[in-house]
Amino acid sequence: MADDDDERLIRALCRGDADAFATLVDRHGSAMIRVAMAYVPSRAAAEEAVQETWIAVLRGIDGFEGRASLKTWIFRILANVAMRAGARERRSIPFSALAAAEDTGEPSVDPARFLPADHERFPGHWAIMPARWPMPEEGLLAGETREVIAAAIAGLPVAQRTAIALRDIEGWSSEDVCEALEISAGNQRILLHRARSRVRNGIEAYFGAVEAIGGQPVTAEGADDTAKKDPQ
Amino acid sequence: MSAAEAGQMERHLETCPGCSEYLDQMQTIAGSLGGLTEASIPAAMRDELIKAFHDLRNA
Repeated sequence: MADDDDERLIRALCRGDADAFATLVDRHGSAMIRVAMAYVPSRAAAEEAVQETWIAVLRGIDGFEGRASLKTWIFRILANVAMRAGARERRSIPFSALAAAEDTGEPSVDPARFLPADHERFPGHWAIMPARWPMPEEGLLAGETREVIAAAIAGLPVAQRTAIALRDIEGWSSEDVCEALEISAGNQRILLHRARSRVRNGIEAYFGAVEAIGGQPVTAEGADDTAKKDPQ
Repeated sequence: MSAAEAGQMERHLETCPGCSEYLDQMQTIAGSLGGLTEASIPAAMRDELIKAFHDLRNA
């Protein structure tokens, strides 16, 4: 449903307030590029789809009935525009089908990190526990970990990348993501969890892991040649 | 997750340093990525859109 803020914006757009339009473009621009990238093969094609969407929004705003929120309405138009553009470039399936196609059922944590279920003392316990990360005080996005995280996100399958970008980078609610991408709450949760898990694995490979059983902390550096740095 | 499952997980986390660290890391990731915003439409395209807005509204 359109809320008060939506109605104020729509009234402003209908009376020709260009500042209101610019605000709307700035508010949704980056999320729209991210969503369009799920349907088209290039950044340039995504930008074109976003531009075409705004023109369609401008043409259609007088007929907007407020049954969905303004944001949902805009992103539904975007999905249609981008899917059509993707079809022209021989790549385009609905987001839900894309998400399903990407789902390989891979576990979030490598099963080798756990002791076997028939272990005599610690069945099913962690064999190699996640180590406390030596995080900079300024947080994960300070220093080199920023690049590690950006690379991990860039390497995600596209549906997972879109989900984590909308939820964790753009700060959308799960309801908004489900509405805009037309996926179920369960599918959204799985995509997001897979995405965060892979980002976590990327950070862990960078920082190294600690072997829990056996007492002596060791880094994962020898076991995993993607680890780049000793946590000491 | 049901209330029973949530309670079970809570109790497990109290005694399992591996899982509580894992959860902590996942929550840190979820709460840390807001600073990665970058992708937006190019300035020239934004200007063109605002011009299109004027044109359509004054047509």
